[in-house]
Amino acid sequence: MTPFGQALGAIVAKDLRTELRTMRSLPAMILFAVTTFIIFRFGLDRTALSGSLASGVVWTTLLFAAVLGINRIFLPEREEGGFDAFRLAPVERPVLFAAKAMVLFLYLAVLEVIVVPVFAVFFLNDWSGLMPLIPVLLLTNLGFAALGTLISSMAVNSRARDLLVPLLLLPLVVPLMIAATGATSPLLDSGGPSYDKFGTWLLMLGLYDGIFCLVGYAVFDFLLED
Amino acid sequence: MADGSENAIRLSGLGRDYGERPALEGVDLELPAGASLAVLGPNGSGKSTLLRVLAALLRPSRGEVSVLGCSLPDDAWKLRGRIGYLGHEPLLYEDLTGRENLEFQARLYGLKPDQARARIESDLALLGMDRRANYRVSDYSAGMKQRIAICRAVLHRPSLLLLDEPDSNLDPEGRAAARALIGRESELGWKAEGPVTRVAVSHEPEKARAEADQVLELKIGAAA
Repeated sequence: MTPFGQALGAIVAKDLRTELRTMRSLPAMILFAVTTFIIFRFGLDRTALSGSLASGVVWTTLLFAAVLGINRIFLPEREEGGFDAFRLAPVERPVLFAAKAMVLFLYLAVLEVIVVPVFAVFFLNDWSGLMPLIPVLLLTNLGFAALGTLISSMAVNSRARDLLVPLLLLPLVVPLMIAATGATSPLLDSGGPSYDKFGTWLLMLGLYDGIFCLVGYAVFDFLLED
Repeated sequence: MADGSENAIRLSGLGRDYGERPALEGVDLELPAGASLAVLGPNGSGKSTLLRVLAALLRPSRGEVSVLGCSLPDDAWKLRGRIGYLGHEPLLYEDLTGRENLEFQARLYGLKPDQARARIESDLALLGMDRRANYRVSDYSAGMKQRIAICRAVLHRPSLLLLDEPDSNLDPEGRAAARALIGRESELGWKAEGPVTRVAVSHEPEKARAEADQVLELKIGAAA
């Protein structure tokens, strides 16, 4: 068998190279998020948001932007025979899960590096909550990436995948969103960040990530079966 | 020629269904290691399905299947990396170049960088693709894709080659070049660790019978 790290690196490098060359996922995710912030800005008719409302706006937007990336993460494998090529190779199948989750995580990180400052410009008077927001973003990204990869691999062979991904993903992502918004809300309070139950929410995010990373790793072998 | 010491493929009563519809029924075969088999039959007779079962890409619905000493589907994981598969689809990423596809394949198969580079360059040169390997696959003609797909199928020097109409989309020059890499004479150019067994689907019965050690004729849903 090819070492896990070598196969993982090959798939991640291939996906990133393809994305840099074609820009099929990230620009759409970024454009969606920025447009949604603009709509919120005019729809809510507010120049500043704080607390739970700010948290809700940022996570609703990131969630639906993430769905765009999740929908596309396995398309090259489906449309260009990558699944067959991978199944023939001397590679442990969870490598593909780990690689795709890593790529999705990187997409989300790039998305957030660009759109969270845009959100701050549009809605925040006080930017001091952004630094402590970073661990919340990273842990939530990991949950999105693990669950999104799992759901996408199940839906990709269906002609109704654009419908299936949100249908399967959104109910399962509710606990993640509760924890993410719960952790974010006090960070974006108008009087500056507070850390009420911050550790508990981070723990919950970590637990969620752990569960779906393990589930993905354990079942991915079966998902690639004929 | 076949060394006859051991069967590379042994099928007994192999059947495969797609839903209710049988695609293969009652296929029996013993193919010694190092031998070549031509699979003939009309469209829809299950030739491609047979190759996908042998590659462990499809599970057999019934019967016994042994490939390179591995019982399928239980030991399918042991076959990974030992088969060179050339199907109807080239299994190439359209947005990568031909060379990048092969480099990706080499990394997946755990080839050392020097070894991979040497094989990629020699195989590309053999198939006349060395000067066009830096074009994206999406810019290739069907024949050029087939040439790169052939390079991909043999890059890891497999013990069993499963070839589904390997000549398709190739011009006469391409066919000759392909034969140099995947045909019987290819063993002059490269060797796997043991004898190389070949199974090739063909629509040219006379040529296939002349070149292969054994012939398997499939009828719609059954072996002849």
